[in-house]
Amino acid sequence: MFQNLAKMGEYLGHTARMMVGLPDYDSYVQHTRLKHPERTPMTYEEFFRERQEARYGGGAGKCC
Amino acid sequence: MNRILPKLGWTALALIGAFCLAYIALSRGETISALWVVTAAVGIYMAAYRFYGLYIANKVVGIDPTRMTPAVRHNDGLDYVPTNKNVLFGHHFAAIAGAGPLVGPVLAAQMGYLPGLLWLVAGVVLAGAVQDFMVLFVSTRRDGRSLGDLVKSELGAVPGMIALFGAFLIMVIILAVLAMIVVKALADSPWGTFTVFATIPIAMFMGVYMRYIRPGQIGEISVVGFILLIGAILLGGQVAASETWAPMFTFTGTQLTWMLVGYGFVAASLPVWLLLAPRDYLSTFLKIGTILGLAIGIVVVAPMMQMPHVTKFIDGTGPVWSGNMFPFLFITIACGAVSGFHALIASGTTPKLLENESHAAFIGYGGMLMESFVAVMALVAASVIDPGVYFAMNSPAAVIGKEAVDVAAKISSWGFVITPDVLLQTAADVGEKSIISRAGGAPTLAVGMAHIISGAIGGKAMMAFWYHFAILFEALFILTAVDAGTRAGRFMLQDLLGAFIPSFKRTDKLGPNLIATGACVAAWGYFLYQGVVDPLGGINTLWPLFGVANQMLAAVALILCTVVLFKMKRERYAWVTIVPTVWLLMCTLTAGWQKIFDASPKVGFLANAARFSAAAERGEVLAPAKSVGQMQQIIFNNYLDAALCGLFMFVVVSIMIFGFRACMKARADARVTTQETPYQALPERA
Repeated sequence: MFQNLAKMGEYLGHTARMMVGLPDYDSYVQHTRLKHPERTPMTYEEFFRERQEARYGGGAGKCC
Repeated sequence: MNRILPKLGWTALALIGAFCLAYIALSRGETISALWVVTAAVGIYMAAYRFYGLYIANKVVGIDPTRMTPAVRHNDGLDYVPTNKNVLFGHHFAAIAGAGPLVGPVLAAQMGYLPGLLWLVAGVVLAGAVQDFMVLFVSTRRDGRSLGDLVKSELGAVPGMIALFGAFLIMVIILAVLAMIVVKALADSPWGTFTVFATIPIAMFMGVYMRYIRPGQIGEISVVGFILLIGAILLGGQVAASETWAPMFTFTGTQLTWMLVGYGFVAASLPVWLLLAPRDYLSTFLKIGTILGLAIGIVVVAPMMQMPHVTKFIDGTGPVWSGNMFPFLFITIACGAVSGFHALIASGTTPKLLENESHAAFIGYGGMLMESFVAVMALVAASVIDPGVYFAMNSPAAVIGKEAVDVAAKISSWGFVITPDVLLQTAADVGEKSIISRAGGAPTLAVGMAHIISGAIGGKAMMAFWYHFAILFEALFILTAVDAGTRAGRFMLQDLLGAFIPSFKRTDKLGPNLIATGACVAAWGYFLYQGVVDPLGGINTLWPLFGVANQMLAAVALILCTVVLFKMKRERYAWVTIVPTVWLLMCTLTAGWQKIFDASPKVGFLANAARFSAAAERGEVLAPAKSVGQMQQIIFNNYLDAALCGLFMFVVVSIMIFGFRACMKARADARVTTQETPYQALPERA
């Protein structure tokens, strides 16, 4: 029961972050470690800034 | 048996939807509960998704779950990320839902709620959701490329340029019309103005916090921001009641216009983390929360629909906007039924996040159904308030006058009986001095939402709070759109000008940046100003232009999808996109033609220009002009609007011709000629 609730919370958090253009940081780190071992993954702060700049820097495609 | 049972369930849903719709249509003369409307819509959406959405997925485009998607192929954990389909649904919906689906249905309610409801439901099922889904599919098969790119590669370089140019013009009109909604809602409203102004320091505080104090912690600071927003609404009530403070936040429409133009320029030049990003977080979460709240409110309160299901204004003589039901109803409700702007989103970030092709129907088709549902709720909100109040709020002052007594007499003479006291009392309930002639949809929606939500929480005492909450919620994401749109427009303009003056392309240089930003703000600011001073409320000029532009972009997107179907050698299914394309072309070209050439000055731009020219020759000055110079300005504006409308028509007609040629060419060729990224199998899950 609590496990389910925790999982749901995680899920909702992920959805909320994705709504504002922030993908899952853990997946990013995991992906970089697995596929590009030569690169050092960005810290969460760098990752956050990079994503913010990418989403809004070019003028976000927002709907009416 | 296991295969028949689910089908029976879906069929039952369809029957429930159809039954509710029939009940609504047949309940002449009696008021019915809004639940009938909502249930009818949801039943039809579900059945449409199951039968038509999945038909398009499986038969028409041939979704291939084994095929690699761009998210998997280019996975970098940043732009390209295979994303859980429910999470992606949230992302996509948050990106497509905006002010459009909330405003259009409110304006359309002048004909009664039934015409709007029917178009919302039929339009989304057959046109809007088809467009969103198919563009998402087409873009996914082409590495997540943008609409402009797709038109270029499938139709040719010239139509690609034309489509991009059209998109820029549409952007300008959208920004002007959105900004006008804010101006109309805040004019002479110290409470609303104070709250909206307060969002700027709140957002900046959040920005600084996320940048330097606790970097990247969106959750906690959004909660703090939300609490501050609620505080700002409560404080706004005190400000409006105070004799010293209220005048400091009371502005006319023209003053607000200049402020907004200045704001647009400054906000688009600031670093994104300071204002744009934090406000976007707030507005996104508030938007989703409010939509959920409204849905729950409607179910709990089950308000009665006060608006007749068809009013006498079905003949096209309504005061809110002019023109006949065909084509103008279908232009007025743009987003919510079909919105070309979504094609830009469906070919933007979403295809880069799609984990599997088989999710595209749920996200593209389903996401648009959800948006339509929001539009239905907006229609409900506009229909549960007293129709007399509705017409008092949405009719221009030039038609109904300014004093409550005159307004009530005028509106009662139309058959919507209302007393001046009700108008004054409604204004007092929502904490405003006056609610008369607050065109633009947002204030009406806010009254409707306050009516519904206060029925669930807080009762009449909380009505003013909920009204300003609703105004704030709309203003917040409109300002975000203005800010983001100005930036996007700036980049488009620098790209366009860069073709002639190469130094303009340097987006890192301050000079070209400021010039391009200024030009962009000036462009939408011009139309905004024109709309705000228009005695017919501005909605008459700007909203149809916006609707025409938006639907034309949808037509362009659907033409692209048709060409792709022909190139895939699936032309036997091409009716799926051809039918909505033809309908949209009929609506937009007729509407465009009438907006330019119609003999009535209320509808036609040229006729209105001629009316003012004739008066100017006689030496008369017609309202709203106060001098000969202003008369000339109005004449010029009408010519400009006519030219713009003509330009939109040119864009869509030329794309149609290029599209037709591309289809014929693909038909003559025996081979498949699409420009898809070659097939690669999706790797087995590790």
